[in-house]
Amino acid sequence: MTEPKIRIRDLYLRYSDGKEALKGINLDIQPNQITVAFGPSGGGKSSLVKVLNRLIDLSDVEEMHGEVTMGDLNILDKNLDVVGLRRRIGVVFSRPIPLPLTIFQNISFGLEVAGMRDQKMLHERVEKALREAVLWDEIYDRLDDPAASISGGQQQRLCLARVLALEPEVILLDEPTSALDPVSTAKIEEFLEIAKKDYTILLVPHNQQQAARMADQAAFFLQGELVEYTDGESMFINPRDKRTQDYVQGRFG
Amino acid sequence: MIPYPEPKKRRFSISRQQSQKIGFTFVRLISLITVLPILGIIVYIIIKGGSHISWEFLTTMPSDGMRAGGILPAIVGTFYLMAGTALFSIPLGIAAGIYMAEYASDNQWTRIIRVAIISLGGVPSVVYGLFGLGLFVLFCDFGISILAASLTLSIMTLPVIISTTEEALRSVPYRFRVVGVSLGGTQWQTITRIILPQALPGILTGIILGLERAVGETAPILFTGATFYLPHLPSSPLDATMALPYHIYVISTQVPGMTSGVQYGTVLVLMVFVLGMNLIASLIRSRARSRRQW
Repeated sequence: MTEPKIRIRDLYLRYSDGKEALKGINLDIQPNQITVAFGPSGGGKSSLVKVLNRLIDLSDVEEMHGEVTMGDLNILDKNLDVVGLRRRIGVVFSRPIPLPLTIFQNISFGLEVAGMRDQKMLHERVEKALREAVLWDEIYDRLDDPAASISGGQQQRLCLARVLALEPEVILLDEPTSALDPVSTAKIEEFLEIAKKDYTILLVPHNQQQAARMADQAAFFLQGELVEYTDGESMFINPRDKRTQDYVQGRFG
Repeated sequence: MIPYPEPKKRRFSISRQQSQKIGFTFVRLISLITVLPILGIIVYIIIKGGSHISWEFLTTMPSDGMRAGGILPAIVGTFYLMAGTALFSIPLGIAAGIYMAEYASDNQWTRIIRVAIISLGGVPSVVYGLFGLGLFVLFCDFGISILAASLTLSIMTLPVIISTTEEALRSVPYRFRVVGVSLGGTQWQTITRIILPQALPGILTGIILGLERAVGETAPILFTGATFYLPHLPSSPLDATMALPYHIYVISTQVPGMTSGVQYGTVLVLMVFVLGMNLIASLIRSRARSRRQW
């Protein structure tokens, strides 16, 4: 296997309310692959996503230790430039959350706060991102409309586009299609299949079918533990751990 | 099976529908009664003072010991006081509101600040007047002046602006802050570019209501900036000024042989002023609500 994009060692996380969200996770996230983190809710998947781009800083954390690195970058470093990190590791949330701005501004926001002022360049990057998220043809003529005016599926692709505009290395998607209809879901999935040649993708799927469809690598999370981590096919056809078997075959969850 | 108890038969029973009807009629009547005095005041003042309003009344100096002529200096003075109050209270109030809503964590210190802000809102206005006299007029040596009065009114207005700013910011959904930060914005960039614009209508409403209260007050400016009569318009912030509420007090109690036309005309001007600001605030609020995307 190639050098992992992100290395996670003994990652432990406990929130202030005493909940242990991650109990010593070891996980290598491979570049240019879709790594699927699945399992019943409360397993720690979302917490892991939050740790990776340090949105965890916004939560009340009591204890967090372990080792999370991307190349030479120590992601858990207290003095880390988190703003820079978040440009390299983008995130798409479970519900489309368009900012209360225009479609264009939703995408240019990330670029502008990064210091890009040149209008021509901004337009180029916005168009490129929208094309990449397969949204350009649908909305190119109303970029100045409020982002809330487009459909939910389009909004979610807009949320994807504004992440892509920053040209990140890693894209985290936390149940990105849970609020979408099947057609919009398919569009996101198609995008991910193509995009993995350029990005490292960590996907928290919103159901097991999606997990099975999308997974190059699959990680089964249960109550803060990483029970099993293997390639997608083995995971869903021939899981080793008893708990994984039970979950994959639908005996619980 | 447990049998339901037989409903007691009353001799004068009314149906549930009837009792509901009576209840609704009752509360409707009560609410009408509470509105009546306000309408009454407005109508009364318009009847008594409306005929006295003229261009001349609004734009000339008083004459004959204020028994005749216009009220220009009081109108201008009120504008000056409002501008001065806005100048101090808006930036300070918004800054404090942002701090309280976005940065301050919930600890002993911020709880003290919060209690202080709430208590400030409950302090009688004459106390502000005395405080302003002590601090701005005497200690800072600004004298009886627009500056001292504006600062005094600012202290009175600040709690309103701080708490409405804080409230307006808090009403903007938290998820926008998460998104802003997740896209590589700093907390400050996220607040100034996304959250603040969304909160602006609410903040503006608070500012207007705060200023409106300030310009209607007499007690805080009584010792700090208002003057009985000024033969010319104030020319510097260190001049004393006439102002509508104080002028009403003066011509109602201090000037013998005052005509009621001048009195009610002045009251009408102040009322239009204050209600007008109220109306603007309501318009901003309803416009913002209809445009809101969340």
